[in-house]
Amino acid sequence: MGAGEAGGSSGLPDGLVAVVKRDCPTCVTVVPVLAELAALGCSVYTQDDPDFPFEGAIDDTGLEVSWALGVETVPTLLRLEGGKESGRVAGWHRGRWEALAGASGLGGGLPDQRPGCGSLTADPEIAALLSLRHRSGTLSARRVELGPLEDELEAMWARGWTDGLPVVPPTEARVLAMLDGTARRPDEVVAVVPPNLVPVTVEKVAINAVMAGCRPEYLPVVLALVEASCTDAFNLHGVLATTFSVGPVAIVNGPAAKAVGINSGVNLLGQGCRANSTIGRALQLVVRNVGGGRPGEVDRATFGNPAKTGLCFAEDEEGSPWEPLAEARGAPAGASAVTVFAGGGVRMVTDQKARTPEALVETFARHVGPGDALLVVSPDHGRLFRDAGWSRSDLASALEALAPRPAAMCNDLLIAYAGGRAGLFSAVMEGWLAGPSGSVPVTVEVRQ
Amino acid sequence: MTGSPKFRQAPRPVLLDPTAEGGPATRTRRSRPATLDGLTVGLLDISKPRGDVFLDRVESRFAERGWRVLRFAKPTFAKPAPLDLRQEIAVHCDVVIEALAD
Repeated sequence: MGAGEAGGSSGLPDGLVAVVKRDCPTCVTVVPVLAELAALGCSVYTQDDPDFPFEGAIDDTGLEVSWALGVETVPTLLRLEGGKESGRVAGWHRGRWEALAGASGLGGGLPDQRPGCGSLTADPEIAALLSLRHRSGTLSARRVELGPLEDELEAMWARGWTDGLPVVPPTEARVLAMLDGTARRPDEVVAVVPPNLVPVTVEKVAINAVMAGCRPEYLPVVLALVEASCTDAFNLHGVLATTFSVGPVAIVNGPAAKAVGINSGVNLLGQGCRANSTIGRALQLVVRNVGGGRPGEVDRATFGNPAKTGLCFAEDEEGSPWEPLAEARGAPAGASAVTVFAGGGVRMVTDQKARTPEALVETFARHVGPGDALLVVSPDHGRLFRDAGWSRSDLASALEALAPRPAAMCNDLLIAYAGGRAGLFSAVMEGWLAGPSGSVPVTVEVRQ
Repeated sequence: MTGSPKFRQAPRPVLLDPTAEGGPATRTRRSRPATLDGLTVGLLDISKPRGDVFLDRVESRFAERGWRVLRFAKPTFAKPAPLDLRQEIAVHCDVVIEALAD
């Protein structure tokens, strides 16, 4: 937070302001300078000892002014004019202090410059408390106060907030930390969530992301996933309401996938990677808690499938013989993007004998039905296509020739490349009703 | 036990509500009419296979009794009925029968 925001409303004086603490050798060194400046009308705020650097210093042991000014280093010298900051120097630097103060000959006998120390507002524990104190007002969700002896996990379960697994309690501190994962405003509406068609804000998504177990850096991916899933094309209402057993499957491409550690390798569709386990779950908790989509109510799946708790994985772009899936679907090259697909359970496609792409495609064709499908080609299988120079569309065309898809249905066959380095298997997830009258896969770019 | 100061002073966890903080608007269903005499009955086909077989039969049986029937169809069973269709049914019909599944 800069002084520009803080000025005026915080009651700070105009003119020269110095912020210091006793527990800082540089501050102690410049006490004579501070006295000279105080004589010129400078307001001197002290963070730790009200008697430092001299009587008349202003007590900021509550760190309100330091926080409002965004002070990171002591000593800091600033000039405020009409509530706006017009200059700032961190640490002692005679020339720059003189320029800012409009004085000369400051601190005769002192070294020309000395770096400062960390401001108390930057102490991690204090910073967390201050952040909570100053930013909790930016959160608009209703506060739910539990009883002092109430078990948090049981209380959340009793309120119907969970998918059956424990969730992380969404405290103000955790939600604020989650919101640090994006530059988007907490009150920005991300999407309108079926089935109740409720506008969901970044803040509400963040609350559910906390509960799902996400780290703050996952939030931009979760937001893109929510946005993609709540489009007319994806038709989340239908995906939820159908007796068929599909759920949203998220495939992440681009630098964001790697930066937040989404698994594209061993056991990527299984357990063990926090990002994979929680990003899709955050979407499903948004659907449940914000959209009101719950099993047995609007969710009428005859069977469901275990992946409906949440399924997210990354494509192995480094090993892939093809361009990233998102790029093939129109996202700019190098962009981070999420593709959502309405997928049923994971089925293995085993072929340990094929030595040519043509032979392997015959096996694939036996597993990919006439509807939508997501085919995840493993490294061991992908090698055959790379060696033969087959593009993704070559593979799709060969599959189409062997297992024709009704043209009228505008089917989508998504082909991704991922999986552990060993294993002559691929994986296929059956889609739901294809085309605009059902669910169409949607790709949305990740915005930080 | 909870009267003990120690327990009274225990911190009360505060959580942020993850829900929409409000229920969807609910309307009470119109009461079932005692008779269909003089009423208009909407027959809504959701476009599932064989829904029309069921509704054709209902229509012919209703016609035998002299009840007025109007036919409607959703473009796809996979999505909620479009607003225009819902309004048209509401304006023209007193009751509606929906053929839900195959």
